[in-house]
Amino acid sequence: MHSTTSEPEPNGVALPPTASRALKIAVVGGFGVGKTTLVRSVSEIRPLDTEETMTRAGGGVDDLAGVEDKRSTTVAFDFGRITLDATSVLYLFGAPGQERFWFLWDRLFTGSLGAVVLVDTRRIEHSWYAIDRLEQQGTPFVVAHNDFGVEHDLEDVRAALDLDAGVPLIRCDARERASAKQVLITLVQHVQALVAASAPTQRSAT
Amino acid sequence: MTRSHRDESPDRLHVITGGRSRGADDALDAVTLVVAESAPAPGMQSEHAAILRLCRTPTAVVEVAAHLRLPVTVVRILLTDLIDTGQVTARHPAPAPSQSHPFASPDVLEKVLVALHNL
Ligand SMILES: Nc1nc2c(ncn2[C@@H]2O[C@H](COP(=O)(O)OP(=O)(O)O)[C@@H](O)[C@H]2O)c(=O)[nH]1
Ligand SMILES: [Mg+2]
Repeated sequence: MHSTTSEPEPNGVALPPTASRALKIAVVGGFGVGKTTLVRSVSEIRPLDTEETMTRAGGGVDDLAGVEDKRSTTVAFDFGRITLDATSVLYLFGAPGQERFWFLWDRLFTGSLGAVVLVDTRRIEHSWYAIDRLEQQGTPFVVAHNDFGVEHDLEDVRAALDLDAGVPLIRCDARERASAKQVLITLVQHVQALVAASAPTQRSAT
Repeated sequence: MTRSHRDESPDRLHVITGGRSRGADDALDAVTLVVAESAPAPGMQSEHAAILRLCRTPTAVVEVAAHLRLPVTVVRILLTDLIDTGQVTARHPAPAPSQSHPFASPDVLEKVLVALHNL
């Protein structure tokens, strides 16, 4: 049982006093796919655990009546961060990929810069729902195939995921900082490409 | 993974939030940065005092939740209390990406890219 009256443990550096903007990227995938590992590889703090709750009735996530009754659902997730400069910080969230956790994704995807879907080819179905949801929400995303010793042709993975040709699909080893970093760079560059592609329409619309 | 609050007594969460189920500020995103504007006062609810100590520098809502070991949902309600009484302020800069404007601005993307390359 946790005590809420204990002092918070200091964990790494505090944000600069001038920090005013926080950005977020969600890392989503099934249990054991490497979400926490990827976050840890690039985070300036040890990943922290927390959780969200909601009622199964599907009401507001804020409906705390749900905490008091059996129909409430709790989902644990973790996060790390990268301070960008004096005003901005980037948070990275690791969130489970199973369909029943959609309410957490909606919370995390909304307002996020984009998402990374981690795929373990042994349990590829754990990634389907998240990909559907991201497509529906219009949240930009890339897919990273974490290599657990079985090399799969990326085009086979793309076919198994029924992934649009425009969505970047890369191989990664989440344990390697350079590889985790490359996944995030691929996501940001993908968003930049989407911005560039949408710019002409915006101009003609104004 | 630490143990989840799944097994935590609902009564305790009920007490912390004063039994309220709604009224949390919808503008409080998981990554909204909150800052204490005053020191904890004697006799204050311990969770409120802990938030004021933690937020001497800007802190994201989700970090408050992790450090206090409370669900984000509960922390949003506690923070809303403190915002309503002026003891905490939330920093709301430029709007985040949304359905109608799905992409972050080019400056923001460039800034993130530079920081990632420098990791
Ligand atoms: N071979 C290999 N193992 C990995 C990789 N990423 C994570 N792991 C290992 O897989 C296990 C589960 O990773 P974890 O990050 O806890 O998964 P999570 O449940 O998605 O957060 C850990 O033992 C990691 O060391 C990877 O890219 N390659
Ligand atoms: Mg994990």
